[in-house]
Parts: sequence; C-alpha cells; structure tokens
Amino acid sequence: MGYDLKMKVWRGDATGGDLVDYTVPVEEGEVVLDALHRIQATQSGDLAVRWNCKAGKCGSCSTEINGKPRLACMTRLSTFEEGETVTVTPLRTFPVVRDLVTDVSYNYRVAETVPAFAPEPRPADGQYRMQQVDVERGQEFRKCIECFLCQDVCHVIRDHEENKQSFSGPRFFLRYAELEMHPLDTNDRRALAREQAGIGLCNITKCCTDVCPEGIHITDNAIIPMKERVVDRSFDPVTWLGRKIFRRDQLPEAQVPQARAE
Amino acid sequence: MADIERHSFDVLVVGAGGAGLRAAIAAHDAGAKVGIVCKSLLGKAHTVMAEGGIAAAMANVWKEDNWKVHFRDTMRGGKMLNHWRMAQLHAQEAPDRVRELEEWGALFDRTPDGLISQRDFGGHRYARLAHVGDRTGLELIRTLQQRAVALGIEVFMEATITRLLKDGDRIAGAFGYWRESGRFVAFEAPSVVLATGGIGKSYKVTSNSWEYTGDGHALALEAGASLVNMEFVQFHPTGMVWPPSVKGILVTESVRGDGGVLRNSEGRRFMFDYIPEFFKAETADSEEEADRWYEDKTNNRRPPELLPRDEVARAINAEVKAGRGSPHGGVFLDIASRRTPEYIRRRLPSMYHQFKELADVDITAEPMEVGPTCHYVMGGVAVDPDTGESAVQGLYAAGEVAGGMHGANRLGGNSLSDLLVFGRRTGLNAAYAAARLKQRPAISEDDVRAASEHALAPFGIEGGENPYTVQHDLQEVMHNLVGIIRTAGEMEQALTDLASLRERITRLSVEGHRQYNPGWHLALDLRNMLRVSECIARAALERTESRGGHTRDDFPATDDSWGKINLHCRLDGEAVGVTHEPLPQMPDDLRELFN
Repeated sequence: MGYDLKMKVWRGDATGGDLVDYTVPVEEGEVVLDALHRIQATQSGDLAVRWNCKAGKCGSCSTEINGKPRLACMTRLSTFEEGETVTVTPLRTFPVVRDLVTDVSYNYRVAETVPAFAPEPRPADGQYRMQQVDVERGQEFRKCIECFLCQDVCHVIRDHEENKQSFSGPRFFLRYAELEMHPLDTNDRRALAREQAGIGLCNITKCCTDVCPEGIHITDNAIIPMKERVVDRSFDPVTWLGRKIFRRDQLPEAQVPQARAE
Repeated sequence: MADIERHSFDVLVVGAGGAGLRAAIAAHDAGAKVGIVCKSLLGKAHTVMAEGGIAAAMANVWKEDNWKVHFRDTMRGGKMLNHWRMAQLHAQEAPDRVRELEEWGALFDRTPDGLISQRDFGGHRYARLAHVGDRTGLELIRTLQQRAVALGIEVFMEATITRLLKDGDRIAGAFGYWRESGRFVAFEAPSVVLATGGIGKSYKVTSNSWEYTGDGHALALEAGASLVNMEFVQFHPTGMVWPPSVKGILVTESVRGDGGVLRNSEGRRFMFDYIPEFFKAETADSEEEADRWYEDKTNNRRPPELLPRDEVARAINAEVKAGRGSPHGGVFLDIASRRTPEYIRRRLPSMYHQFKELADVDITAEPMEVGPTCHYVMGGVAVDPDTGESAVQGLYAAGEVAGGMHGANRLGGNSLSDLLVFGRRTGLNAAYAAARLKQRPAISEDDVRAASEHALAPFGIEGGENPYTVQHDLQEVMHNLVGIIRTAGEMEQALTDLASLRERITRLSVEGHRQYNPGWHLALDLRNMLRVSECIARAALERTESRGGHTRDDFPATDDSWGKINLHCRLDGEAVGVTHEPLPQMPDDLRELFN
C-alpha cells in the first residue's frame, strides 16, 4: 500500500528561504503531518512545524498545502494522486519564524482588544436559564479552534500588512458575533466592531468560510448579521431618532480594554 | 549569566491547560502577580481534546444526585485508593466551578427547562456531565483563556521549563527556554504551580499530544517532591485503531453514554460477560434491562458498557486476544443501529467529523472499530488536598500532574472537574503563601548557569543518538512491557531496557541551531519521559496485585492488604526509590456512604 511521496517543503527563516525537495515513504491512511513527522525523524531533525493534537481539534498545524490553507493533520494523502508532488509552505499572512512555523501573535494581540463577556446578574435561584435554540448560534461560533486559516486567507490582510492595524479578521468577527448574540451578554459592541475591528472592510468574498476546518458559516452566520447590526445602529434613521429622543446614546457602550501596563 | 532574560512573579504557573489557567485566574483574583508559561500557543493545551463533559452533581437532570453520590462513585471507580479528602472536595465544589464558567461566557447544552444539560458516563450513578456536544474541553479552555486574557494575565507562549530553582529547601523560581528563539529565560517566583498534564507520549498508542512528556512529574521529582500512585495508568477503552496513523486518537465515552454498545466479531454484546463482582449489584444483566436504563434509571441498572474504564479496556483486550476482534485488531462500537442519524450528528458532531475525515467511516451508518489507548496517568505529585502544595515548600501541583484524586482509576468526566476544583484551590493557596512571605527567596547564579549548560548539552555531541529514534524505542518498551497487562518478568526487562535508554540519552545529538528546533526540544523532553517511565515501571513491579489501571497477569486478584497502601516514588541521586505509605483514612461519616 505504501509508496514514496515527493514533497517540497519551504525551509528558511525571516531572512529568506527556499523549497526543499524530499522523498518520503508513506503508508495508507496517512496525512500530510505524518509525512512531515517522518522527514523530521529520519531526514531533517530540525524541521520546524507546529502541531499538538493531530486530530483536528487544536488548530496548531495550519500550513498551506499546494497553495491552499489547510490543517496538515486533516489533509489525507489519499486526496492527492500517487505521483503528485505535495508542496507545503508556511501561512503567508504571518511573518515566518522558521520553516513552517509562523509568528501568529497578531491574533493574540487582537484578542486582547475584544471587550470581555459581561453577563446580566444571576436570577435569585442562582441558575441562568437559556434555551438550547438560543445557545446554538453562539455554539456554532465557539466551535472555532483558532487555527487562523480564515485570517490567513483573508485578502484584507493577506497582502496588506498595513491593514492589520485597523482590521481584526474573520476569527474575531466570529467572536464579536458570538458575544453580540449571547443570550446573557449586556455589552453593545457594535460601534467597536465597525471602528476598531474594521468589519466594514470585509467585502464578503467567503474565502474564510471556504477554508474553515470546522465548517463554521463565518460569512453567512456571523459577518453578515454583524454587519447588519452595525449598519442598523449607525445609519438606520429610526434607530438614530430613537437614540436622540430616548437618549439611548447615553447608555454605556462596551469599552476597549486598557492596554496592559508593561 | 547576567544577560539572561528575567521575570519576577508572585505565582508562576507552568502549563496553560484547564488546571493552569484556572490556577492563574484564582491567583490573580487573590491579588498575586501571575505569569503563565506554556509549551504551545495559548488555547492548544491537551484540555482542548477532552470531549465528553465535566462531572458535577448539579442535579439538573436527576434531582436525586448530590455530592455524596458523586463522591461515592469516584471512590468506587478509583477502587477506594483515592485520597478521600480530594474526592470529597472535588465532588462538593465541582457544581460551582461549572456555573462559574457560564458566568465567563461558556455556552453549555441545555435541558428543556433551560438549565445546563447533563449526560450519562461510565461509573456515574446519574447523568452528571455538563457538556457542549462532544467538544467540552474546547469550550472549557476557550472560556478560561478568554477570562485570563480579559484579566490581563501575562502568558509566555511556546516556552518550556527545564528546571525548578530552589533557595535552600524551598522553591525560588524556574528556568527555561523560548522555543521560538532558543534563548533562555529565568523566572523568580516564591510559588510555582505545576499544571503540566500527563505522560502519555512515553507510550506507542496514546490519545495524548506531543506535550505530554511528564515534565511536571520529572521537575517535581528532581526538586525533591514525591510522586504517588504512578503504577496506575489509564488505558481508555475506545481509541481509534485504523488507519494506522490515527491509532490511539480518542473516541469519546459519550458514544456509550448516548446509547452506543460494544460488540465482538460474532456480534455479541460481550460486556455482559465481564461484569466484576464489585459492580454486579448495580449493573444490568440483560440487554433489555440495559436498554431500558437510558429512559428509566430508577427501576433499571446500568449497561455494562458503562462500567469504569479499566474494566471495559481489559474486556476489549481479552476479546481481541481470544480472536473475536474486528479486522484491524479492535472491537466494534455501534451507535448507528441504535440511534437516528440526526441524534448522532447532534450529540456527537466531532466524532462524526473525525471518523468521516480520518477513516472514511460514517458513524451514523456503520460501527466504529475501537481499542484501548493510553489516555491518563492517575499518578502524580503528592499534594496536600486542601492547598495543592507538595512536600517542597512553594511547589504546587494541580490537574493530571497531581496525584491522589483518582486513586487507581479515574472516572470519565472527573478530569475536567478536577482541573477546575484543584486549579482554583491551588492558585489561591499559592497566592496566599506568596503574600505571607516576609522575605522573597532568591535564585542562585550557579543554578542558572548549570541549568543552561544542561539544556545545551545535546548541541555539544556529534554523531550521537537521534532523539526521535530513542523516543520510538522508549515507546516500544513501555507499550510492550508496562502496558495494560503486566507481569514481573516483563517489567524487570523494561527496567533493564530503560537503563540502557538512560545511557543513550546522554549521547543524544541534534542538528541545526537553537531557533525553533523540534529535535532539540525532544532531546530535552526525553529526559523527563524516561524518569517518569522508570517510576511507572518500578511502582508497577512493586504492587503485587491487580487494581484499577494496574493489571498483573501474575497477580490477577485485588488484595485487601494493598488497599491500604500508597506507593511513593522519590529520587535518590539518579535512582528512583519506591516506598510504602499508609493510605489516608476517611472519617466515619464518609465511610458510612459505602455500607
């Protein structure tokens, strides 16, 4: 069943690098990460690749395989022809650390700017009550394994480093939507979604949805409803009037978390 | 060594899974300056892989449930070798820890009344596991991660601790390296919390991720603490067996909790043939009764598929050995013929996805092939039950790296609750202890220099052993000789083999440089894996009985005199010594629960 797989693996660091050819024996049922591990164990002990669970649950082994953002642990070799060369390169949107490992700290910095969940107080008996149907929307978004493939594929930041300052990316639109639709949350994050997270820059090409290994409908279920809510708040004349008359604009808005003291 | 990066904290937490994050949050809430160091990116720790749920007697589904029932189930599941006080605190505090997660944003599945839903699991009298489909661990870690970020807790991602630093007899800090750059970093901290998880990577077939190299176990040993119950290793009964590259990946116990059954190649529900005397009174003896139990728990007894994990794993092992296994050396786990496709996809979405993607199997239409996989170590750092402090002042442990809570066998669902209950307790107490100190301990420059030389050793050797080969050989030894079924002869052979592996790891060489070099990282982790493996083998050889996650072919019976003894491993120079110590005895009011 086994055969010799031809691979091209990008090797290098921040100063530059190249595709390196490898021929590695593989077995039936294996995935790209198995082949990379075999290279490590038998040919290049220092080949850098991030991974953890090897079961598609942690989102560590994100790479680009034949140009497509994929999890290396969930990409079966049987999806390629036997003679086909499999090319593995690091995520292009993030700076390379070494080989297939990139610096994804941008995502962790953005995470710090999302105002935290702020629930209403518990009822007298201490038990929050929510219906299954109401938690399911948020549950879909919370399936996110933070592989950052959606961030990688998003053209707003993929080739526009400068946009990273003003754009949070699909993973965090998901987070805004999750909090916004949480049955217990009391914050209003709509202004922030527009002004800080830059949701207006997204022009719903659905690339993020296409690459999501969890099959989350990022565009349809999170981004578009979130855009609608933002628009309602900012531009709907009735809402605008309501704010003026009922002084709704004096209700508290979610605050951006303070930058951490160094 | 003046040029080494340095940081100072009141509490340093090593590990960012459920226990580490919960400890850090608690320590922060207690006013301490807290830092977390973790080997992976934040949110990737092994907790993320937990599937079934968090065991807590919230009584949302069965009002008969309460902490005493949970306590009793836990002790019986652990074959009465648990530290009673840990099991008590765990059962009492778990419900509050679950509710707290909800306050921090977790979205659990709901009952029709809108409360947190609870599901059935092995060894639990009532449906007790709070869950989110079959991805509860992801929900738990994401919730704690987001809470920690919101509190501004400092996290050192992709950094590995290689040594604990002491000032005299007490903890003073820790030393490690950044994986990304290979540069060293020293932490000064009067309280260090180990939350490093388990040891599964010493075994060939395991559900554990690469991080599970027993770091905390080994660090604690080297600092002078003792490890308790190391002979007890849990083999989860249901891991994937095919294709080979996914062998060992977990298939959640929820499949059985939600109605799935085990069958051999003859189609027989063989678990009815393996009901031990200890559980006879509470286990169904016919398929009809077992099937009725899902709807009516008051008048029927539990299906034998939901016996504790050690029982089920041994039964599967025996069926395969007897030639009644599935084509790829496991048995069949069938839910397809018992529940509707819609139900299966809703309750077990990630299992559906996992089998579809990795094995081309549609679990709503055909049975899965499953077999035992190394899943969890019951043994760990011996700690004070209330505070989590080890025998070394200032050194704490919580979660899988701590020992005692689960005795000889852990019940499913009790791990996530363990992380939360003892993570919090340990974090609080580590913070209080740091605050009480009049004078902060200091780390010694000599120790820092020695630690850095130790870490760099593999770069100084050319043409030595390949760390990947040594790891492979270690996994073979542990799998073949100290696995599910053990005998004295095999374990003596294992100790001989481990001694030669120990000699080989002094000659490891790594290629390349210090920047993100997995070969080097493995070379350093291997030292820990070997130490822990030796503890398991020595303790397992010493315990001449079978109990829970320790089965001796040469001593198949459970022996009451061993039921009063804990084995402790300590380091004496480079040698691992094993001592017998009395099992702490529970007070009479708790003992009455077992009459």
